[in-house]
Amino acid sequence: MEKKISILVVDDEESVRDSLNLWFTEDGYRVACAEDAKKALSMLESETYNIILADLKMPGMDGLEMLRRIKALDKDSIVIVMTAFASVDTAVKALKDGAYDYVTKPFDPDDLSHLIRNATMQISLSQENEILKKRVDSLASVEDLIGKSEAIRKVLREVESVAPTNSSVIITGESGTGKELIARAIHANSLRKFYPLVSVHCGALTESLLESELFGHEKGAFTGALYNRKGRFEMADCGTIFLDEIATISTKMQIELLRVLETKQFIRVGGNKEITSDFRVICATNRDLKSMVEKGAFREDLYYRLNVMNIHIPPLRERTEDIPLLVDYFIRKYCTSMNKPLITIETAALKRLLDYPFPGNIRELENMIERSIVVGNGKKILLRDLPLGKEVIDSSVESLDDFEKAFILQILNKYSWNISRTAQALKVDRVTLYNKIRKYGLKGAE
Amino acid sequence: MNPSSITIISFGHFGKNFPDKLADAVGSAFHCSVHLKEAHLDLSEFYDAGRRQYNGDKLLREVDSMKPEGSGKIIGLFNVDLFIPILTFIYGQAQLGGRSAIASFYRLSNERYGMAADDQKLRERLIKEIIHELGHTFGLIHCTISTCVMRSSTYVEDIDQKEARFCNDCRALLGMK
Repeated sequence: MEKKISILVVDDEESVRDSLNLWFTEDGYRVACAEDAKKALSMLESETYNIILADLKMPGMDGLEMLRRIKALDKDSIVIVMTAFASVDTAVKALKDGAYDYVTKPFDPDDLSHLIRNATMQISLSQENEILKKRVDSLASVEDLIGKSEAIRKVLREVESVAPTNSSVIITGESGTGKELIARAIHANSLRKFYPLVSVHCGALTESLLESELFGHEKGAFTGALYNRKGRFEMADCGTIFLDEIATISTKMQIELLRVLETKQFIRVGGNKEITSDFRVICATNRDLKSMVEKGAFREDLYYRLNVMNIHIPPLRERTEDIPLLVDYFIRKYCTSMNKPLITIETAALKRLLDYPFPGNIRELENMIERSIVVGNGKKILLRDLPLGKEVIDSSVESLDDFEKAFILQILNKYSWNISRTAQALKVDRVTLYNKIRKYGLKGAE
Repeated sequence: MNPSSITIISFGHFGKNFPDKLADAVGSAFHCSVHLKEAHLDLSEFYDAGRRQYNGDKLLREVDSMKPEGSGKIIGLFNVDLFIPILTFIYGQAQLGGRSAIASFYRLSNERYGMAADDQKLRERLIKEIIHELGHTFGLIHCTISTCVMRSSTYVEDIDQKEARFCNDCRALLGMK
C-alpha cells in the first residue's frame, strides 16, 4: 500500500492552519500543524514530514531561521516558505538557504495543487533514486568476491584503491580465477557505476568481427551489415569497457586500440564520422603480457597504455584456505537456483578438494560443486560425487601442451608425486615422466 | 453510511425549476430524501472589504449553526465570491466527515470567463459542486478517477470533465452497492 505523503503546516494564524489542513486532508495527505517554529522543530525531532510549509513571519523564530535549522537536521527536506508580504530580498534568502519554493499568500488553488504535486514527485523520484542506487550497489559489490586469505584480501585492497580512479587496469591471472568478477567489482565501486559496463571477449572473435564489435559499423559496410550498429566503445560512453583475453588481439587491432585509447575517438566500420566516447578500459589476460612484449608479440606502447594498474589474481591452489568458503558459497548458490534444500559436504570430500591443485581454478571448483549437487544424494556432497577420480578436462587449457601439463600434474598429485606409480598410471617410463616434469617445470606442493 | 436526509438551504434565487432538479440529482446521488429550504442572511458581516470577497470559513460556521429538522447533512447555496484565508477563491467548502457544507455558483458561470452564457452547463456544474462538497461531509477525500465527482477541480473545465456521480471506489466508501 502506498504510504501517504505527510505535510507539516507551520503558521501562527489559526485560520491559515485550518484552511491548509482541510485542503490537504481532502487531497489525501497526512497533515499536522504547528503554531510556531519552536513547536514545529520539536515535532520534527520525533517525526519525519515529507513537506514543510512554513510561514515567513511568525512571533519568536521566523520562517527563515526555522528553514536553516530544518536544513541542518535534514538537508533533503522540502520546505516551502509562505508569506503575505513578499519581497525579493526574503525570496532570495529563502531560496539560497535551500527552500524548495517561496509562495505568496493567498494562493491560487491550482498553484497550490501544482506546487504540492511537484514536491511530491520530487520526493518519489528521490526515494526511487535511493532504492535504485542501493539495488545497483547490491548487484555487483566487492562482497561477491569470496575469500579471507591474505592473497584475496590484497586483491580487494587493490580493487578498492583503483576503483574510484579513471586509470586503465590490467587484471592478470590463470583462467577461471575470476578476472571478470574483479572487473565488475572495479566498475561497481567506481564513479562510473551508474553507466554501463560493456564486456568484450576478444579471444572469441575474428579480427574483422572484433573490429565491427568494438567500433560499430554503418549500414552496408560489409555483407550482412543491414543496419547501422553502435560499437562497444560507443555503448560504454561514460562507463567502462572490459576487454577480456586482450593478449589474443592481432597486431592491426593493437594499433587501432592504441589510437582509440589515446584519443577516445574512432570511426565506425564503413563510416566517416569521428565518434567520441568517454570510457574507462579494464583488460584481462591469462598470458604474461610482459614476456609477449619482449618477444615482440604485443606492442610495448599499448602495454604501457593499458598497464597503468595491474591486479594479479592468485590461482586457487595458492589460497587453499578460501576453498571451504567458496564451497559453501557455491553450495548455497546452486541449491538455491535448483530449488533444493541446503546441503553440506563431508569432511573427506572437503579434504580432497583442499589437496586438489585446481588447474581450472574457481571455475573448475564451481563446476565440480554444481555437478556434485546434481548427482549427489541431496543431503551431503560425498567424496564419490566429486569428479576427481576421473579425468577432469580443464576448460582453461588452450593447447595440447597445456592439457598434457595439467593432466600430468593431476596424476602426480593423485599419487602424491610418487614417480613410479604416476609413470605406471600414465603408461610411460620413469625417464619420460622426469623429462615431462622438467619440460613443464612441474613442482609438488611444499 | 446513507444519511437520513440532506437539507439544501438556498441563500438567494437560483431559477424557477432549478431547486427541484437539484434535489432530484442530489437525492439520486446519495439515495436519500432531500429537503429544500430558503433562508435570508445579512452577508455584509461575512464580507472582507480588503479582498472584496466573502469569507467561506465564517459562512460555513454560520450554516452549521442552523439546525434544520432531521439529523442529516446541510449545504448552503450562495451566489457570492467565496474565499478562505489561504486561497484566492473557492467554489465551495465542507467539514470533512462533518455535517455542513457550502457552495457558490458565483465562479461557475461561463460569463465570468468571457464565454457565452450557458444555463444548462451552469446548473450541471453547481449540481456537481454540491454533490462533491456533500461527499466531503461523508468523509470522502479527493478521488483520482477523472470522471468521479470527488475529483478535485480548480478550474470550471475540470468540473466539466467529471460526472455528477461517484466512481465505484467512492460508492463503496459511502456504503452504496
